[in-house]
Amino acid sequence: MRRATPLKNLSFELMCFQRRLKMGGFFILLLALGLLSRSFYLQIVQHEYYIQRAESNRTSLVPTAPNRGLIVDRQGRTLAENYSAYTVEITRAEMASLEKTLIELGKLIEVTPGQLRRFRRLLSESHEFETVPLKSKLTDEEVAILAANRYRLPGVEVKARLFRNYQAGPGMAHVVGFVGRINDRDLKSLREQDREQNYKGSVHIGKTGLEQSYETTLHGRTGFDQMETDASGRAVRMLSRIPPVPGKDLRLHLDVELQAVAEHAFGDYLGGLVALDPNTGGVLALVSRPGFDPNLFVDGIDPETWKSLNESPDRPMVNRALRGIYPPGSTIKPFMAMAGLELGLRKPGDSISDPGYYSLPNSRHQFRDWKKGGHGVVDLKRSIAQSCDVYYYKLAVDMGIDRMHDSLAKFGFGEKTGIDLEGESAGLLPSRDWKKRRWNKVWYPGETVIAGIGQGYHLSTPLQLAVATAMLANGGIRIEPRLAEAVRDPVTHIWQPLAKAPQRMVNFDPANMTVVREGMMDVMRPGGTAAASAAGASYTLAGKTGTAQVVGIKQGARYDSSQLSRKNRDHALFMAFAPVENPRIVIAVIVENGEHGSSTAAPIARAVFDYYLTGKRPGTMNLEARDATE
Amino acid sequence: MPRNSHWILRRLRHVDGILLTLVVMLLGISLAVVASASGQSPGRISGHMINMGLALMVMVVVANIPPHLLSKFGPPLYVAGMVMLVGVALFGEIRNGSRRWLNLGVMAFQPSELLKLALPLLLAWYFQRNETVLRAKHYLFGGVLLLVPFLMILRQPDLGTAMMIGASGFYLLFFAGLPWKVILGGGVFGGASLPLVWGMMHDYQQRRVLTLLDPSADPLGAGYHIIQSTIAIGSGGLFGKGWMEGTQSQLDFIPERTTDFIFAVFGEEFGYLGTILLVAVYLAIVVRGLTIAAHAPTLFGRLMAATLSLNLFTYVFVNMGMVSGILPVVGVPLPLMSYGGTALITLLLGMGILMSVATHRQLNKS
Repeated sequence: MRRATPLKNLSFELMCFQRRLKMGGFFILLLALGLLSRSFYLQIVQHEYYIQRAESNRTSLVPTAPNRGLIVDRQGRTLAENYSAYTVEITRAEMASLEKTLIELGKLIEVTPGQLRRFRRLLSESHEFETVPLKSKLTDEEVAILAANRYRLPGVEVKARLFRNYQAGPGMAHVVGFVGRINDRDLKSLREQDREQNYKGSVHIGKTGLEQSYETTLHGRTGFDQMETDASGRAVRMLSRIPPVPGKDLRLHLDVELQAVAEHAFGDYLGGLVALDPNTGGVLALVSRPGFDPNLFVDGIDPETWKSLNESPDRPMVNRALRGIYPPGSTIKPFMAMAGLELGLRKPGDSISDPGYYSLPNSRHQFRDWKKGGHGVVDLKRSIAQSCDVYYYKLAVDMGIDRMHDSLAKFGFGEKTGIDLEGESAGLLPSRDWKKRRWNKVWYPGETVIAGIGQGYHLSTPLQLAVATAMLANGGIRIEPRLAEAVRDPVTHIWQPLAKAPQRMVNFDPANMTVVREGMMDVMRPGGTAAASAAGASYTLAGKTGTAQVVGIKQGARYDSSQLSRKNRDHALFMAFAPVENPRIVIAVIVENGEHGSSTAAPIARAVFDYYLTGKRPGTMNLEARDATE
Repeated sequence: MPRNSHWILRRLRHVDGILLTLVVMLLGISLAVVASASGQSPGRISGHMINMGLALMVMVVVANIPPHLLSKFGPPLYVAGMVMLVGVALFGEIRNGSRRWLNLGVMAFQPSELLKLALPLLLAWYFQRNETVLRAKHYLFGGVLLLVPFLMILRQPDLGTAMMIGASGFYLLFFAGLPWKVILGGGVFGGASLPLVWGMMHDYQQRRVLTLLDPSADPLGAGYHIIQSTIAIGSGGLFGKGWMEGTQSQLDFIPERTTDFIFAVFGEEFGYLGTILLVAVYLAIVVRGLTIAAHAPTLFGRLMAATLSLNLFTYVFVNMGMVSGILPVVGVPLPLMSYGGTALITLLLGMGILMSVATHRQLNKS
């Protein structure tokens, strides 16, 4: 049904429209105010925040790793140096299939199974976005091949990197140590020390040896290039630059030639040797045999090689000079003699009669002398020269273990020497207190007896023995051994000696010292235990041999080396200094399973003395050198 | 103007001086910003200038067509647009996951663009026709004419364009006198059905809305655009970094910076003062448009002028709101600023209609 439509009131309609027009305008005004207040908030209120965001958007800090300082010996011969080489590196996150890429790469360049294993180990330790090296030291040809095939291999990059090379060989591995790739643990400790920023851009960090202990000196300061980058991260231009400061070079007291002589003198034997300058504490040689090739570790070692190094019965990774702890054996006798004299328990002229054994009162147990039938009448000097055990059994019993502990502690036994390497062992200097604390047991008198000849609980490192011997050489100055002698500023190229290591003076009666030294000189003279090793020397020597048992010998049985496997034979020790009038070098050497200090250890020391004091090399070594040049 | 003047000059009589001045101001700013944002690419700049010339010519031509003739374009354009929308739904090309494009052989065309003008024209024509007998059923029918294309475009899916077309249709109904109870009722109904709409939205649309609420949740994905554009605007400060000096703009941090995100470039390089000026120019155009509407002699003229004015600023609001991070990212260009020929021609066509309404008033009366 259709109704008539009334005519509209046009002016009323118009008024309505005008009203709505105003409302529309008002609505638009609200929108405009909304936009303007949002812009006000962004551009005025939050301006500082956003300008910062924009700045951090457009700038990026590109770290430039500093060149690591060199390590040179006292003659300036390089022990650790840098070289740059091309490596092929892989970023897993940027490729579709890692395995396919590896197969492709294997077709282009030779990748050994060892490199592949090492790569997989590194890969398992890193994040997906990190680049991991597959092969380093690429040849020019390999670089060219990879460059030509780059488009087919996303996530594969060829990079020029700085590497560390240790050309001094396995013999220096325990001194110089090595650098390795920075791992999570390194990062954590850097973060804790607030040094992380300085390692942006660094790949390596010192892991052992001097590389570790002088890390801050050698590393240098990382530089930063502030780059303007676009949204895709491409650098557009450089805004500012803080150049890197190279690390300082490190010069050692140590002489590689001397070290090589000592190495050579060891022959096939394992063991450790420390040669010190008794006046400065400078380490002239520090040998731990066997060594290992530190270059294996620089860019990550493959698991098989690591396993073989780590599980070898010869334990090449252990620094014997620093961490090898052995009973000092008879080398303790000069120190015991000093203690007896200082405590007034013995006078130089006092003699004892040695029947070849010693028994405690009310005991039938015989502590045997190493010489069947004994040494007869023995005074202090003779007790050192012939290494009379019974003399020291008695002295030990007269002294008691507590006074013995305190006297020997003055020579640094049982305490870290403070050398500038990490991981040093403190050894063990036993006492009644120690046994109570450690084992909760009482001290037995028989333990005092054998402690008198350096057996039993007492353990010391070759380094401790060398420091103690140095005190006999220098008149009682306890030196802290130092490998590093000076650092060279990378800018001025001037060598700056490092701060002198602290020295402690222990007051001994010089007369007592003289007597003990004479006893040690007698060791090297006819009738002394190491006379053979001093024959023909153009300088005076003072020394003491020693033997450390590896396995116990039953009461009533005799030690018979032919019955023992090589690993169970006694360790041979020797400590000495020369020339006696003005000691310039102190040596402590231990030859594992070398049996007799006189026959295996002393000749090694002699070779080192000869080279250091007269420049003479062992004859066999010269032959070898000639062979090598031919 | 003398009667014997040249015919081209006579055509210029229909150009509204104020509107032209404001439009040319914006086009000038646009040229400068596009030059900066494109890295002074000669292709972009000359292309932009050609688009401007074409669009200005279209504007002058349309300004010369009397409103009653313009209104007659409404029904055929609307029908053509609807036919093409159906064509799109059936044979349209899918680009970026939505079916919006119709391949016409020589060029790809978005029918939804056509409807931006066709819908208001049709509605204004419809209400003009029924001016004297307007009743509820006319509003109802008008609503249907609005809703059908709205829903079809929403289905493509193209949320941005659907909202803009919906807005223009709504403005027209509003100025045509849509009763308040319908408006309020619709508002309540719309609010209540929001959860339903959310459920019907596509994943990427939902993501865009969520991204707006917390852009940092996805800084490298969907949130990247908003984060970078707000950094650009905010870092501009009061005075801006200077023309061609915006680091965000010049170093590629702003996506789509000659088109949808051009305001980020502008805000970074010209600062808050520039933003105020820009908004002021847009407001001036709206004020001029509303004034024309207020003085228009016919219902068609009134409705078209008012709707086009509000519509223009709605575009501005949606675009700037999106770029400055208060609205979701929808593909809406900034009127008269963004690079792009189709949008520019459509906008100046609208300006031409405004001028036609303004200048044919006196002629009709006389």
